[in-house]
Amino acid sequence: MTAGYFERIGAYGVLALFSVLAIYPVLSILFLALHRKTDLVSGFAFPTRLDLSSFKAAWTEGRFGTGFKSSFIVAAAVTLVSAVLSIGTGYAFGTMRFIGDRIVFPVILLGIIFPYEATVIPLYYDFQNVPLLHLHLLNTYWALILPQIGQSVAFGTFWMRSFFRSTPRSLIEAARIDGATSFGVLWRVLLPQARPAVTTMSVLVFTYTWNEFLLALVLVSGSQSHQTAPLGLSFFAGAVRAGDPTKVAAAAVLVAAPILVVYLFLQRHFVRGMLAGAIKE
Amino acid sequence: MQSADAARPSGSGRSGVRRRLRRRSRRGPPAPGDPRNIGWLYVLPGLAFYGLFTLAPLLHTVYYSLFSWDGLTAKTYVGLQNYSSALTDAALRSSFVHSAVLIAFYAVIPVLVGLLLTAALTRHPVRGFRFFRTALFLPQLIAGVVIAQAWTWIYDDNGPLNWALRKVGLGSLARPWLGDFTWALPSIGAIGTWVTYGLCMVLFVSGVQKIPSTLYDAARVDGAGATREFFAVTLPGLRGEVLVALVLTTINALRSFDIVYNTTAGGPGGSTLVPSMYMYQNAFLYNKVGYAAAVATILAVTIFILAGLVLRVGDRSERA
Repeated sequence: MTAGYFERIGAYGVLALFSVLAIYPVLSILFLALHRKTDLVSGFAFPTRLDLSSFKAAWTEGRFGTGFKSSFIVAAAVTLVSAVLSIGTGYAFGTMRFIGDRIVFPVILLGIIFPYEATVIPLYYDFQNVPLLHLHLLNTYWALILPQIGQSVAFGTFWMRSFFRSTPRSLIEAARIDGATSFGVLWRVLLPQARPAVTTMSVLVFTYTWNEFLLALVLVSGSQSHQTAPLGLSFFAGAVRAGDPTKVAAAAVLVAAPILVVYLFLQRHFVRGMLAGAIKE
Repeated sequence: MQSADAARPSGSGRSGVRRRLRRRSRRGPPAPGDPRNIGWLYVLPGLAFYGLFTLAPLLHTVYYSLFSWDGLTAKTYVGLQNYSSALTDAALRSSFVHSAVLIAFYAVIPVLVGLLLTAALTRHPVRGFRFFRTALFLPQLIAGVVIAQAWTWIYDDNGPLNWALRKVGLGSLARPWLGDFTWALPSIGAIGTWVTYGLCMVLFVSGVQKIPSTLYDAARVDGAGATREFFAVTLPGLRGEVLVALVLTTINALRSFDIVYNTTAGGPGGSTLVPSMYMYQNAFLYNKVGYAAAVATILAVTIFILAGLVLRVGDRSERA
């Protein structure tokens, strides 16, 4: 009994320790951001007053108004379009059999472990002058939106397929006997139930797109008005960090804030999506 | 599976059932749905985006890797010459060695820590795990650029780590960690450990919940202690989760770019150079586009091979 008691205390202690370790770096940068340069911060830097001046300075000097706008446009477009596309592909792979499905699905699955680092070089050159169409997409939102839709469809297909596979067959069959078309089955029967699955997928895709860095660095760093928030943070840090770490810290907190707020409200979706995405592979 | 199938009576009326059973044993559960080629209508739009903006660029990278090209003037076809120079490129080799070190930090240590914590948690049901889960998952959703800023401060000369070292009388160990030839790479590795261990842990704890509790009861009736119980029940039960965690974290280690670029950019003196960083430098700073494409191809192939290997080994051990 007492041994069990101590084991239990130990378990909670270990959990608490590692949870604090997980949070601490985030807190430390928040603490730093609540100071100003003249405070000459060092060490743990627990803030003694609520000083938001670094946030104000970072927001204007780092042009984060533009960065947030760009990030939001890109992430919203990618999330919306890839959700629609993935509902389609997931529906087909999850409820139908068609010629070639056994070949195409693994190819799409490949996209989940896909090293997209290996695609940025041709994207950079092809977006300067899109083959056949002669469009210039470099330094536009398109350059970020199109490739990230392609990447998100891989995860989305996999995710929506496992949802559609788990819905009862009888439901689909009954609707078909009633004369519903394949689109009718999807729209009226399956989608109303799919809302939680679609929410999880959208939350994850939005987060990944918001946080993306390499594509932005390569494809839009030439246009200040199209820079995403993480790219803006990277440039801002490069220019300002040596002079004033508190401002960079404030900027970092700003960039992370939208996702953290969403996480607080939709936590279950994050955890479920990331765990399932990991396990069902 | 095969033998169970053969043991079945082979009456002609059963052949349909048998065929279905055999298909199930070979390919997992049968695909749902009846044949409907209208499925293509739903697949094509998504497939088009994936093909045009993900698969095609990858193939295009392989194509570029066969050329000598500065990105501006005309390309010259050089066959496999980029790959042969890659073989003798000391910087590229060291970048892969750095990746191997990062794999230890991004994959091996988090999995071990995750297992250890899971062991501590399976003896007794922990209440309020969801609360801890919120914290443990946090690093997963923060942008790499932000993580880099947070840790740059932690490792800063005046940052919390050095301050704590000085406070406890270990001031001789204090240093600008990311600017140190020896310590920069392990310091970046530690960031990777921080990002991943919570994910591993939550993954394993949710895996433990799927292990039949009768197995634990049996072990306890046999008088197994915490250690025996862990190795006899928990670890075998988590094999799938451990494999998946290893694949994901290893791939992340090999792909790491955001954190490296925003902390050390490969420095000091190339001591934290990783393949994706090296690819970026060659393509966009040194104007060696063909060579950069070869580096990218080598990286992609390495990732596919590693992922395939681990998944195949896992598949076999799961069936055994």
